[in-house]
Amino acid sequence: MSNFRLVWANLHRHPIRTYLTLLSVLVAFLLFGLLRTLAIWFAAGPAEGASADRLVVTGKYAIIDLLPISQRNAMLTVDGVEAVTHSTWFGGNYQDPSNFFAKFPVEPRAFFDMYPESVIDPVELDAFEQTRTGAVASADLMQRFGWQIGDKIPIEADIWPMRDGNRNWVFDLVGSYTSDVGSQGSTLLFHYDFFDEARGYAPGTIGWWTVRIADADRAPEVGNAIDALFENSQNPTKTGTEDEFGRAFAAQIGDIGLMATGILSAVFFTVLLLTGNTMAQALRERIPELAVLKTLGFGNNRVAWYVLGESVLMCTLGGLLGIGLAALLAPVANSFAQQFAPGAFGMSLPVAAAGVGVAALLGVVVGAVPAWSARRLTIADALRRR
Amino acid sequence: MAIIELTDVHKTFMKAREAVEVLMGIDLGVDEGDFVALMGPSGSGKTTLLNIIGGLDGATAGKVVVADRNLDELSNRDLARWRAATIGFVFQFYNLLPVLNAQRNVELPLLLTKLSGKQRRRNAQTALSVVGLDDRAGHKPGELSGGQQQRVAIARAIVADPPILVCDEPTGDLDRENAEAILDLLQILNRDHGKTVIMVTHDPKAADHAKRVLHLDKGKLVREMAA
Repeated sequence: MSNFRLVWANLHRHPIRTYLTLLSVLVAFLLFGLLRTLAIWFAAGPAEGASADRLVVTGKYAIIDLLPISQRNAMLTVDGVEAVTHSTWFGGNYQDPSNFFAKFPVEPRAFFDMYPESVIDPVELDAFEQTRTGAVASADLMQRFGWQIGDKIPIEADIWPMRDGNRNWVFDLVGSYTSDVGSQGSTLLFHYDFFDEARGYAPGTIGWWTVRIADADRAPEVGNAIDALFENSQNPTKTGTEDEFGRAFAAQIGDIGLMATGILSAVFFTVLLLTGNTMAQALRERIPELAVLKTLGFGNNRVAWYVLGESVLMCTLGGLLGIGLAALLAPVANSFAQQFAPGAFGMSLPVAAAGVGVAALLGVVVGAVPAWSARRLTIADALRRR
Repeated sequence: MAIIELTDVHKTFMKAREAVEVLMGIDLGVDEGDFVALMGPSGSGKTTLLNIIGGLDGATAGKVVVADRNLDELSNRDLARWRAATIGFVFQFYNLLPVLNAQRNVELPLLLTKLSGKQRRRNAQTALSVVGLDDRAGHKPGELSGGQQQRVAIARAIVADPPILVCDEPTGDLDRENAEAILDLLQILNRDHGKTVIMVTHDPKAADHAKRVLHLDKGKLVREMAA
């Protein structure tokens, strides 16, 4: 029997109530673990696989604005620009909307020249270049859906119907590629020329440019020069690093940091009320027992520490379990977000430590009033309540 | 030699802004090794007197000296330490912690000592064997009968080896057979282990086990009988 054992035993007085409270704290810190890492990812640090010598050029006012393909030649005249290629967000569904993966019409050879970290067999790249309806998939997609080269991949369009109104695009799978960069996995690439010819509207446009520059240190200067080219055109541009583009793309769904903070505030406020009520109820039920402890010679402060200890123990335990679960679920969350926020859910030691610290603090806040009440309890009055 | 000495003790409670005097000038001396029964009608001040002797409540006026300490002079912290070392409490409703088994309930007061965990467990086992419950050490209060729970409470009261046992209606919640067993146990602790026992009771048969019987009425000691 130890002081810890006494606190631990008291937590098990009403197991169902304790476990439900623990569960609510656990869920709160599971959310904390996932959302904090996401918010931190958006706030700082380069995106996984972002290259310093690649710039991304998008529409000036919105990332979804289409740009004319005619801009390429002008960009190639800018001092420091080595190569230019483009991509377009296709959207669409493969069999079922839950089978989410990115689909981009690209220029086959220029794409793989631009992204040397994506590796494709030269024979398959030739086939991709020569087959207008051809497509290549990342190795993880091939494995996920059991695709084989030669398969026909049907995609139901949501943004881009075909010229005749048909929404069912069918691509011939001619190869696959590998990449050690998460953001380039789970992707189907197909021929831009075929896409541009067959789509129902906006021919001759692309989604964004990717520009390789000769000197990464000159990125701001080159970016400004590109934007200056189109400043007075119908399609002004905004040029940034690949990392900035990745974050801006993901931020289309909103201010992630603000949303995360809002959700966490609401969750913690609710948990504070719930846990506070549980601790207050637990105290009321045990007033005579606390008086017995004092009768036996336990001092006021010691009894208060026991009550505070229960609250801190329960919240810290719930926090640890929640943060641990968040760390376990991080790879799953990452697999869903790897296109737009690769590695965003990776649990870091500072986030885990902050989570446990917040959990302990929650325990102190929740237990402070019951502990103070326990401290002030007078023995004779409390024993009379039995 | 008096181990408990009360001189002109008064106790007043405030009830609905009205002062109610519960004890009115109590003078009492109890010798070391004595077994005193406190009797009297409900509301006569028995439990209040017991609480004052046990350091659970303070006197409004008068002097309370127990085991050579003037209780009025002790701070709350010192009073708690003094209680842990000097007084063993036995209540009518046992007041065991339901989440702890018998062994751990008995061990509780030893958490306040510097004994090692092993020594605490050994002392608790010894105390349980004194009350004849060493085979029930692993049982929680809810798994024990009333008589057994009271014996665990007595084991808890004696485990730190205090010189004085303060018992508030220790047989009030028990049938005759169990009550007799508890009273015999208290008698053994008084006779063989030298504990001074102060016991509040309504039951004349319980009082028969004491060496002295004091009668309290309306806050005053009105009669004393040798048992």
